[in-house]
Amino acid sequence: MTSVKITDLVKDYTLRSGLKRTRLRAVDHVSLELTPGRTVALVGESGSGKSTIAKILTRMERPTAGTVDVRLDDGTPVTNAHYRREVQMVFQDPFASLNPFHSIEHHIARPLKIHGRTKTQDDTRARVLEMLERVNLTPAEAIAPRRPHELSGGQRQRVAIARALAPGAQVLIADEPVSMLDVSIRLGVLNLLGRLQREDQLAVLYITHDLATARHFSDEIVVLYRGRVVERGPSDAVILDPHHDYTKLLALAAPDPERPGRVTSEAPVDREAIDNSTCYDHFKGEWTEAGVPARSESKA
Amino acid sequence: MTNLKPTSEPSVADSAELLAETSVETGRKPRAGWRMLVPTMTPWLAIGLGLIAAITLFGLIGPLFVGDPRTIRDMGLTPPSGEFWLGTTQTGQDVLAQLAYATRGSLQIGVIVGLLATALSAFFGIYGAYRGRVVDEGFSLFTNVFLVIPGLPLVIVISGFVPAESRGLWTIAIVLAVTSWAGSARVLRAQTLSVRNRDYVAASQVSGERPWRVIVVEILPNLLPVIASQFVFAVISAILGEAGLSFIGLGASNSSTLGTMLFYAQNGFALSLGAWWWFVPPGLIIALFGMGLSLVNFSIDEIINPKLKNLRLHRKRARRAARLERELAQASRRNGVPSQQAKPNQDKEIAR
Amino acid sequence: MTADQRQAVLTVDDLTVVYETEEPVTAVKHADLVLHKGEILGLAGESGCGKTTLAYAVNRLHRPPARIASGRITFHGDDGDTDILALDDAELRAFRWERLSMVFQGAMNALNPVTTVRAQLKDTLLAHRPRMSRKEIRERSEDVLTRVGVDPRRLGSYPHELSGGMRQRVMIAMAMLLEPQIMIMDEPTTALDVVVQRDILREIVRLRDELDFAVIFITHDLPLLLEISDRIAVMLDGEIVELETADRLYREAKHPYTRKLLGSFPSLSGERGAFIRTGVDETTEDSTVATAKERA
Repeated sequence: MTSVKITDLVKDYTLRSGLKRTRLRAVDHVSLELTPGRTVALVGESGSGKSTIAKILTRMERPTAGTVDVRLDDGTPVTNAHYRREVQMVFQDPFASLNPFHSIEHHIARPLKIHGRTKTQDDTRARVLEMLERVNLTPAEAIAPRRPHELSGGQRQRVAIARALAPGAQVLIADEPVSMLDVSIRLGVLNLLGRLQREDQLAVLYITHDLATARHFSDEIVVLYRGRVVERGPSDAVILDPHHDYTKLLALAAPDPERPGRVTSEAPVDREAIDNSTCYDHFKGEWTEAGVPARSESKA
Repeated sequence: MTNLKPTSEPSVADSAELLAETSVETGRKPRAGWRMLVPTMTPWLAIGLGLIAAITLFGLIGPLFVGDPRTIRDMGLTPPSGEFWLGTTQTGQDVLAQLAYATRGSLQIGVIVGLLATALSAFFGIYGAYRGRVVDEGFSLFTNVFLVIPGLPLVIVISGFVPAESRGLWTIAIVLAVTSWAGSARVLRAQTLSVRNRDYVAASQVSGERPWRVIVVEILPNLLPVIASQFVFAVISAILGEAGLSFIGLGASNSSTLGTMLFYAQNGFALSLGAWWWFVPPGLIIALFGMGLSLVNFSIDEIINPKLKNLRLHRKRARRAARLERELAQASRRNGVPSQQAKPNQDKEIAR
Repeated sequence: MTADQRQAVLTVDDLTVVYETEEPVTAVKHADLVLHKGEILGLAGESGCGKTTLAYAVNRLHRPPARIASGRITFHGDDGDTDILALDDAELRAFRWERLSMVFQGAMNALNPVTTVRAQLKDTLLAHRPRMSRKEIRERSEDVLTRVGVDPRRLGSYPHELSGGMRQRVMIAMAMLLEPQIMIMDEPTTALDVVVQRDILREIVRLRDELDFAVIFITHDLPLLLEISDRIAVMLDGEIVELETADRLYREAKHPYTRKLLGSFPSLSGERGAFIRTGVDETTEDSTVATAKERA
């Protein structure tokens, strides 16, 4: 079991146009904690910085400032060499995240071999089949030699989940894992993630723009707006009792068949007017400043 | 769905997938990824392969059956006969024997240059694009410099600069390779940039794959058709380039190629003497070999872009569909507009 | 707003569309559909169910090897009925856009990047109304942009200077330029953010109320359809398996596939439904659809 503590994460991108350089702050002092057996949903629109956080967590990008502290159960920090064994990711598009050239077996066997989970060829094969069965891809023997294009979107995403879990990962980052899938199979994939999480006591970061699944799938919701956290709290509290204007806007924008005809009755909100300088924290029950270093009391 | 990415530009990787899908449609299950990189046999491909095989075979085993091409006989220029199938040169040398050795020499140059140029372009194109940032910028600049260096003049200058006695086969091969890899490197760089940004490359990096493995195992297979096509192209241009160099007397000094044959034919006034058997055979071999390689290249193009392959089939189907539809439209016009009573039942159900 | 009070503008009768491939694939099977004046008809279904093919065929925009194998599409205009399948090419060109226009999937990337919005609106107008004066064109262009909520000063902008939502609005403006009686919208908001999506939907519903055109709205997002449309057709494997008013479809869906689709969307404010973290329903992704197909 592994937990992750992100403190004051900042990521700046430099945009170059001609000789002029402008700095774009994609993530602004975001702090998060992922603990075993809990799901945190990171909610926001595109460009809010949620994918940047995923990239930093998977070490595809370096943060400009701030720390990502990954510790095992007994408090020992995870070394760089073991980082990728502990933290894994499921990508958004299952049609792009599997190499069309390789078999399903290759995709799962590689992480097993890289992280020394298996020693012999037979061992690896048995383990691959076991992983496929865990994600409900049966008969595993028939699935393993196939190539990605022979599987449906939902099946591919299951393979991607199996690949992420193959190194024995304890922290899973799921970047919009179902948004590219057909609606009728989304639930199945999310429920699978939920089951694996309970079985392995995984710490999950669920990145999404879909408030409804965020509410039902996660324990805690963190709302990101223009790089800053503007609201955080238990899922139901954030969705049913939003405090920040942006969260309210999101909740309003999500389709809700329980309330038909809303579309015309409500006046449009001027989005430019919404600021991201404050954050409502449902745990503390108070407004705090957003985009500033976390108060030192948590460190003490 | 906020994060829908715009569909990325088409590339080889897409076509590999597309190809695999079409093979599923036809009921054939590709077992390994490699299988789909083999072009399907078409008459054109067969002709191309046949030409290449015949000429290669001639170059490989021909020299074993002919006499010494350098033997000088006291018979002057003679047309083809029973003894000398392709006649003799001004100094009585057997043209067929010369042709066999020259073909071998040209093939050697072609293959060596092809391999060297492909290796250079793969290194500078793929590795640079994969590493990105400074490495990519540096490699790009380097490639661009080589791209704008005028190839043939440089070759002439270098060949002229190197003294004739040390101007061996390898010197020529290296000169030709160095001046011809840059274009391919740019194409490979573009393709790599496109493949590199795919999620599966990111996914394998996240799984902890080492960079060289990501390049060789995840990226390279998707570029193979392009590399193969560029290799074939490099071989053609190397053979032609060498022939050109030899023709102007700057070729390898100690080897005989199709180009040197033409050079001697030109010097011996073969054309004005009407000795067609001296210059036509080497010219023909160059032309046929180039044609064979080009035909193979077209087949590789079909792998890179499967649309080419299905174009004719697609057109046929489209014509059929259009015809059938026209007939329906005509029938519909004859019968006139349907009356309002012909509304579907569903409508009544709703109206209820 | 019941259907019988309204006049039909489009009748699709027994429409079958076949793809002439090696083994012909029937993409749309005997579809029957009536679109009423001023109605928003939702067309829901998952990828590959034939909803886009159906929409294209109605407009005869489908490309070979797709072909209409049977059926009849009738447009009921103010000046009498038109059999769309019997139109020749010139008539068809005049019919499209003038009577029936379309907003394509990913349409916001369909604007020509090298000319201004003004030029593109003008081209469309001149193609159909060659005798329009410059002043009329300017007034009409400004009018449609204002209607879709884009500042008319944006007329001089190039597409890349506009945001995604804005481009989509321009596309809708373009579709309503000639005041068609029907607009077909194929996933018009899929690539947009939820908040922007909501703004555009609001605009579409408002315009419909103002101008009384009929809309066929295609999407995979059933909750969205439930909110904005009057009636909804659910498609599965080329067949319309259920056609109901939005309210009835939500309360008492008859077809098992419709019920499954409805169950797939956890409700934001309501109960968790099938979506609870019990681990059930994981394996049924293909089998349920299969049973739904069998029963259909």
